[in-house]
Order: sequence, then C-alpha cells, then structure tokens
Amino acid sequence: MMMAKVSARIAPERARAALSARGLSKTFGNFQAVKDVDIDILHGRIHALIGPNGAGKSTVFNLLTKFLQPSAGTIMYGETDITRMAPADIARLGVARSFQISATFGDMSLVDNVCVALQRPNGLAVQFWRPLSSLSRLRPRAMELLGRVGLADMADHRAADLSYGRKRALEIATTLALDPKVMLLDEPLAGMGQEDVERMARLIADVAQGCAVLMVEHNIKVVADIGHDITVLQRGEILTQGNYAEVSADPRVREAYMGTEDDD
Amino acid sequence: MIEAEEFETVAETTRPHRLQRVLVLVLIAALMVLPLWVYPVLLMKLMCFALFASAFNLLLGYGGLLSFGHAAFFGGSAYATAHALKVWEVTPELAILAGVGAALVLGLAMGLLAVRRQGIYFAMVTLALAQMFYFFCLQAPFTHGEDGIQGFSRGRLFGLIDLSDSTVLYYVFAVVFVASIFAIWRIVHSPYGMILQAIRENEQRAISLGYSVQRYKLGAFVLSAGFAGLAGGLKALLFQFATLTDVNWHMSGEVILMTLLGGIGSIAGPIVGAGLVVTLQNYLATTGFPVTTALGATFIVCVLLFRRGIVGEFRHRLAVRRKP
Ligand SMILES: Nc1ncnc2c1ncn2[C@@H]1O[C@H](COP(=O)(O)OP(=O)(O)OP(=O)(O)O)[C@@H](O)[C@H]1O
Ligand SMILES: [Mg+2]
Repeated sequence: MMMAKVSARIAPERARAALSARGLSKTFGNFQAVKDVDIDILHGRIHALIGPNGAGKSTVFNLLTKFLQPSAGTIMYGETDITRMAPADIARLGVARSFQISATFGDMSLVDNVCVALQRPNGLAVQFWRPLSSLSRLRPRAMELLGRVGLADMADHRAADLSYGRKRALEIATTLALDPKVMLLDEPLAGMGQEDVERMARLIADVAQGCAVLMVEHNIKVVADIGHDITVLQRGEILTQGNYAEVSADPRVREAYMGTEDDD
Repeated sequence: MIEAEEFETVAETTRPHRLQRVLVLVLIAALMVLPLWVYPVLLMKLMCFALFASAFNLLLGYGGLLSFGHAAFFGGSAYATAHALKVWEVTPELAILAGVGAALVLGLAMGLLAVRRQGIYFAMVTLALAQMFYFFCLQAPFTHGEDGIQGFSRGRLFGLIDLSDSTVLYYVFAVVFVASIFAIWRIVHSPYGMILQAIRENEQRAISLGYSVQRYKLGAFVLSAGFAGLAGGLKALLFQFATLTDVNWHMSGEVILMTLLGGIGSIAGPIVGAGLVVTLQNYLATTGFPVTTALGATFIVCVLLFRRGIVGEFRHRLAVRRKP
C-alpha cells in the first residue's frame, strides 16, 4: 500500500531522473546500514543528502556507484538498469563521484591528476608505446579546470603536499574533467575556508545547470543556498524528502539534525 | 598556516634530465668496451638477469603487483627458444620470438587468473600457477625432464651472422638489452604508464574515473611476462641449454631478491641488483662458500641498511640533499 503511494508520487519524476534508486538496502553482517532508500537525482538540479554521522550517506554513495554491491534494490541510470554493472563501467556512462576521504594521486602533480581523468575520454590511456609528451594536448584543458577551482598557480605541486581543503578542490576539478552527466560529491566543501566554500558552492551550482548533482553536505547554509531537493537520512532510512522549506519545517528533522547543526 | 607546508614541495619533477641522459650514454659506451676486460659470457649472463629483473620490476615497481611466478615466463621461454632452435631448426631471432610468444601466452593465461586477487593472494596464485607449469615441464616429453634441452647450435642471426663467436653474440645481446631497457622505460613513461601509476597510488579513484583497473594490471602482467620471456630466451641462446632450473621457484625468488636489492620503481634499481647478485654468485661459485647463505645474508644486510634498495636509497639521499 505504502509502496503504491510512494511510486505514484515519484513516478512522473523518475521519467526525467538522471540517476535513481528504488528500495536500496545494504547490510554489513547483521547491521543494516541502508534501509529501503528511494532517491531520484534530477538533471539540472542539486540534490543534497544530509543526516547525522553514521546515517549511511557515504554508503548510499557507494551503492549508487556500485563501489558496494547492494543487498537489495535497483539503480537506474536514465533508462538503463545499472544494478549489476561494474563501477568503472558506470563511471564511463557519465556518473562521476568523489570520495569522503580525499582521493588524489599523491605523488603526481596537480595538473597530472587532472590529466589522468582526461586521458580515457580522449583516448590516450592505453598507448604504452607513445611518449608522455603525447599527453601535452590535454594540458590546456587541465589547466582550465584547475583554474576553475582556484588551483592554477599550484599546477606543478605534488598533490600529497596540498592542504585538506585544496585536495577537495583538486578532486572536484578531476571529477569535472570527466564531463559527467551525474556528479556525486561526498562532503566536497569539508575543510575549506569560508571564502573557498563560497567559491566552490557557486561552482557546483554553476556545473549543476548542465548535469545532475547529488551531494552530501554538513554545511546547512550551503544546502539552503544551492540545494534544490533534500533527502534526510537517519539510521539508514529516509526520514523525509522535499525542498528546503518542507524539510526544515519538519519537526523530526529539526530535532534529529538541524537543531544540533545550528549550534555550530 | 597551511601555506608553509605547501611550499615545501619536492622539486623532484624538475630533476635535471640532461645529467641522466649523459649518464645513460656513458653507460652504453661502457657496455661497448667492457668485453675488452671482462669475460663476455659473464656480461651476457648479467644482461639476461638484468633484463629479467627489469621485467619483474615493470610489474612490481610500476604495476604494484608482486608475482611469485616469474620463473614460468623466464624458463618457459627458454624451453620454447631451445626447442625452436633444436627441433624446428629456425634462425635464432625466430627462436627468441617463439620464446617471447610462449611467455606472452603463459602471461595472459596466468594473468587472467591472478589479477583479480590482491596483495599476498596475488602472489600465492602466481606461485601456484608457476608450480603447475613446473610440473608440466617436468612431465612433458619435449623438455626432456632432468636432462633439459641441449646440444643445439646458436645458428645464424637472420641466416647471416654466425653467433657461435661470443664477441659477435655479445654485441647482439648489448643491442637487444639496450633496446629492451629503453622499451621498458618508454612503457613506464607513456600514457599507459601514467594510468598504471594512478592505479598504484589510488585504485579506487582510478576506478571512479572509469578505468577498469584489472585490464590495466593484466596489460602490465603480460608485458612483464614478455620481457621476462625475452630474458629467458636470450639465456637459452647464450648457454645453449634449457633446463628445469629456469622454471623452478628458486628462479622466481632470485628475481625478487635482485629487484628488491637494487630497489623497485626505478629503471636502474633492478639492473644494479641483478649485477650484484650475479657477480656475487659467480665469485662465490669459485670459493666453495655456500651461495644461498651468502645471498641471504647480503639480502638481510641490504634490507636493514637500505630499505629502498641500493638505487632507491641513493636517489633518496640525493633528493634530501637537494632540498634547501
Ligand atoms: N564496510 C563496512 N562494514 C561495516 N560497517 C560499515 C561499513 N561501511 C560503513 N559501515 C557502517 O555503516 C554506517 C553508515 O556509515 P556511512 O559511512 O555511510 O555514514 P555517513 O552517513 O557517511 O557518516 P559520516 O557523516 O560520518 O560520513 C556506520 O555505522 C558505519 O560504521
Ligand atoms: Mg560519510
């Protein structure tokens, strides 16, 4: 009964969802980390996934991108069922993700980090007989992407030497290099200074005009500013979904999550 | 406050390439004149093992995969080369090609089964598969069991150049060796090598960028097997026999030892390591001192003194000194 109601509400949206999941669940041993999650990530919109620590947000990310195998549920990319696909294949379809713990290629320069992301879409990933200089045509695009996240002047630094916030910025540049249709960002603004947070939030809002974005974010102000749809997760289950006004009016949300967040 | 830490960037990327180039030219020149003073057969044996270790390092140092089964490619190719020379009576370059081909096929088969595994499991699977190959070689009629394949001549290169003269053979080896090391260097410094490095540094991130990492690892495995095969084929051509020693797991252990001793992840490391081990073996063989004990002791000392291997430690010291 309840299922029928939910799908009736969501069905028209699903038609234009870039990425969606139904009944997504994950158990670790006998601990249920994610329980029956339905979510639609729409083209041209930013979907914020919020919730207290340990709510299962990163696990949802890992399920949607198949870095974890769901215990139950289906995942659709547009009209394609991707529930059984390998993570690299999903990435090749245009679903790009970042990681909560900064994932960069530490020993490489910033510009090389971005170049690695550009190599595959430009057909320059398997040539073991060609010199590195064949990659130089990717450099202008890499520099442009670094410029967008404010790292152009550090292009030749080692990624491992960056501060935490700048690693996050580099990750966004690398993710953007894939020209994604769906972008999943796990706490992209963590560790950034106020100024960078604003710049990055504007960048994400800008990029979202051309793709669908799902992001985990603890900064409620940013969520309010740029988020269109919000899903609140608690103990692996969806507490509520809606726009900022709807969600923030929900007394359970105020109690469970936002009440404490306001104190920060 | 974060700035200070960021400006400490190592200037590793702007390393003077010209010095390296000069060094390489000097080494090539040395290779050309060395047989005037050193017994050429020893030098050729050195080149075989230096190439073998370099092939191994392509997988371990650049692919991040520790194989315990590289003897299969080295020895398998030695058998194929010897068989081609003795039974098919082809010219030596075709015999070597047959050896490399055999190593590539073996590498593809073993790689397909092994690259799904990680870390120590990968090592175990390669060891198990190589042992299966060893027993195959022990039983198969064409390897002639304990006797091995022997009693064939090296033939004429391209049907023209007689290789029975060890000076001629030496220069052929030198050319093949330099070309192979260059090829390995090229693979490491290629678009593909870049992806390999990315996978080694952060496999999850590489997957999220759409790279099917197992295919890239398989590529590294097969390439490494091919060069190991080249080394094994050259060895069979040099000593004019192929035996079970070459496919034995001792051989897999020895190449690990050479590579770790010299230092993984650099082109020079495995060459230095192989040089050291082969020279030591050669010297000890004349003294009656137990070779294995001496090698083990050297290995322990080196691991304790230079964790990064000889070349790795040298490079590290240099980098530290360069920092202001
Ligand atoms: N591989 C795993 N094995 C077992 N338990 C796990 C695993 N991954 C996550 N969990 C558990 O699942 C729960 C949800 O974790 P998850 O990382 O998804 O939370 P989160 O909402 O992203 O939290 P945070 O805000 O701290 O990032 C946690 O209790 C965590 O301990
Ligand atoms: Mg998380």
